Order: sequence, then structure tokens, then C-alpha cells
Amino acid sequence: MIDKLKIENVDLYYGEFQALKNINMNIQENEITAFIGPSGCGKSTFLKTLNRMNDLIEGVKITGKILLDGVDIYKDMDATVLRRRVGMVFQKPNPFPMSIYENVAYGPKTHGIKNKAKLDEIVEQSLRSAAMWDEVKDRLKKSALGLSGGQQQRLCIARAFSVNPEVILLDEPTSALDPISTMKIEDLLIEIKNNYTIVIVTHNMQQATRISDKTAFFLHGEIIEFDETERLFSMPKNKKTEDYITGRFG
Amino acid sequence: MRYRFDRELDTLNLELIKMGSLIENSIEYSIKALINQDLSSVKKVNELEIEIDDMEKTIESHCLKLLLQQQPVASDLRIISTALKMITDMERIGDNAEDIAEIAKYMINQKFIKDIVHIPQMADATISMVKRSIDAFVNKDKNLAEEVCKSDDIVDNLFNIIKEELIEKIQEDKSNGEQAIDLLMIAKYFERIGDHAENIAEWVIFSITGEH
Repeated sequence: MIDKLKIENVDLYYGEFQALKNINMNIQENEITAFIGPSGCGKSTFLKTLNRMNDLIEGVKITGKILLDGVDIYKDMDATVLRRRVGMVFQKPNPFPMSIYENVAYGPKTHGIKNKAKLDEIVEQSLRSAAMWDEVKDRLKKSALGLSGGQQQRLCIARAFSVNPEVILLDEPTSALDPISTMKIEDLLIEIKNNYTIVIVTHNMQQATRISDKTAFFLHGEIIEFDETERLFSMPKNKKTEDYITGRFG
Repeated sequence: MRYRFDRELDTLNLELIKMGSLIENSIEYSIKALINQDLSSVKKVNELEIEIDDMEKTIESHCLKLLLQQQPVASDLRIISTALKMITDMERIGDNAEDIAEIAKYMINQKFIKDIVHIPQMADATISMVKRSIDAFVNKDKNLAEEVCKSDDIVDNLFNIIKEELIEKIQEDKSNGEQAIDLLMIAKYFERIGDHAENIAEWVIFSITGEH
């Protein structure tokens, strides 16, 4: 197993408030890593540090190191390059108000791909990877806003694929979706994990047990426990983890 | 948090205690049926068997309902899966007690070929194993469950003693053979009850440690 991301002694402050405390973990390639924990525990904040989305927030200070394939993403990597390599999908589907085709072609275009045939190929490949090509191939020119919530979210995943990322971060990607759409996205993540490194924040613990290889439990900005998912959900080492996952606090 | 679920787990414990006491009674009546050559005790075992089977179904459906509704993880999942495994062994103990009572019924008018000393000791030892294994589950007491596992050696030793004695009786007089074999079967059923009680204790250890 290769460590795709290495996180060393990461602290994050919003002004005076310390939101992440001494985070250390390795995220392995071709695995799904889940982050769980109560609201405000720092899991989404930490997810965003992995592609420097927190750079955009005023007053944020980050110390420590985050290495992508051994390269420090805060010191030695351009944010645009980083975000091409580390894509993100948010809780609420956020398609651009343009056609399905344009949503997926947008990223490659901004990275300089102009050739129509090449763009067609990327759009088809990305939509196939997101398991929605057959659903939308006859209406690529239609507005993405006409898609259902589940389709919109898979379109956002397709959009993330379009720039050929290595890591995909997902922040509660199914929390607004019905069970069938949720199942489709879970199946999709399991199918694609052999080609990517996937990190998912989820409030749905059954989802973490269904799809992830490893799970980290966050509380008050700290990682309380990080282990193989099966072990963490069957025999957690820390009492706080046990209490949280069995619903006795949080 | 999860008060309702915790109350449900308390109810599950009470149901297991109830099923445990039905089994203890069943073993007690089966040995009474043998020693006192008492038909009413045989009937009592048959009645208890129906109650034990019903109790197994009640607990099973309760566990399935909790799995469905609560989607338990960690210790909660182990407790419920342990309960599901325990009741299978408990139900088999009920069957074995009924098997013993059936043979005892057949022997009601027979004169015993020897004093029945060690078989009641097996009954006492297995009743104690059942009782302690369920106490261990309810109180999450790993040491007690481990003691129960060790107690199975006592039951096995008693079985070997009985076997030796019965061989001697057959050697003394071949006409003892039929009753000797019946008594040996009874001893074997008690030995099986000991094994089931040991299984229960092993599942209790799993529910506490996660290892089986």
C-alpha cells in the first residue's frame, strides 16, 4: 500500500480558535477513507485542508505538513495544480447553470483543452465513470439544473473526474439524496477506488461501514481513533469512539 | 442518549434470564424423572420444552427487530449477535433435557442396576454452568464465563467415570446391557448439555472481548 497523502502535525486556527489539533495520518492510495464525528468536530475542515480550500477563508492559519506523493502541498505546490490532482465534491450538488456537457467540459477547458473531439471523449469517459452516461447521453445539451438531485450529484462527481484527478474528496456527498441515488454513488465509489484515492466525510455510519476501508473518528478537532473500518466499528479501542458510534453521545 | 435502545437491551437480558431459568428447571425435572422414576416430572419437562421453544422464537424476533431498527455497531452488535447464538445452544439444551426425560420415562418401572450417583452430579454441574454463563452475559463478566468453560472438564470427567462403571456392570452381567446403554445415553446427553453451556460461555466472552 502506498501512502498517497501524509499528514504530519497539522494544526489549524480560525483566528484564535483552534479547529484542528495535531492531526497525523496517512491516507493510502486506492482506498476509501471515511471521516466521522459529530458536527463541528473538524472533519470537514480537515478535508478542505487536503486541497487547500481553507486558503480562501480569512484568518485561517495552518501549521504542520501535508504531503501529496511526498510533496508539501502548502509549500511546494501551486494551488491550481493541487486542485486538479485533488478534486472535491460537496454536500449539496452544485452543477453550473449550463448544459450537462459544459459542466463536465468546463474543467478540461480551463486547463487548456480546446480540441472538440478530445473534449467529447473526456465528457463521455467522465460520465461513464460516474455511471450516468446512458442516462444523459441523449440530452447532453440540456441544462444540468433539470437533472434530479442524485443525477446532479453524480454529474458533480463526473465533473471532478474530468480533470483526471488522483484524489477525490467528498463532503457528505449523499446526505441530500434518496436511498437509490445514495446506493448508486456508494457503488460508484467502490468501483472506482482502484484508480483513485478517495476520502469521504459522512454522518451516515452505515455508509462508512459499507464503503470505506479505513475510518477516522474526529472529536473536538482531534483524531480520537483511526483504524480499519471493520475493526473500528466492531471493536473500537477508545471509549469515546464506542460511545459515539453506538449513539450514546454526540 | 438511546434510552429506548438501552431499555430494549435490558428487556433482552430479562428474556435471556427467563429462558435460562426455564432450561435450569428442565434439567432439574429431567434428573428428577430419572432418580424418582416420576412420570409427572417427565410431563413437566415436555411442558417446559414448549415454553423454551416459544422463548427462543420471542428472543430471536426481538434480536432481529433490534438489528433492523437500531443498526447496532461495536458492543451493541456483539451483544445482539451473541444473544442470537446463545439461544440456539439454549434451545438445544432444552432438547437434550427432553431426550433424557424420554429415556427416564422408559425406565420408570425398572430396577436400577446400580446406585445413580454421578449422573445427578452431572445435572448439578450443568445447571450451574447454564446459570453462570447467563449471569456472565448479563453482568458482562469475562472471568465468570471463563470459569464456566473450565467447568466443562468436571462434566467430561463425570461422563468418563460413568462410562467405566457401566462397562463394569455389563462385564458383571450381560443382562445389565440394555439399561447400562440407556444410562450411558443419559450421561451422554448431560455431557452434550455441558458442551452447549460451554458454547454459551464462549459467546459471552466474544460479546465482551470481540474474540471467538
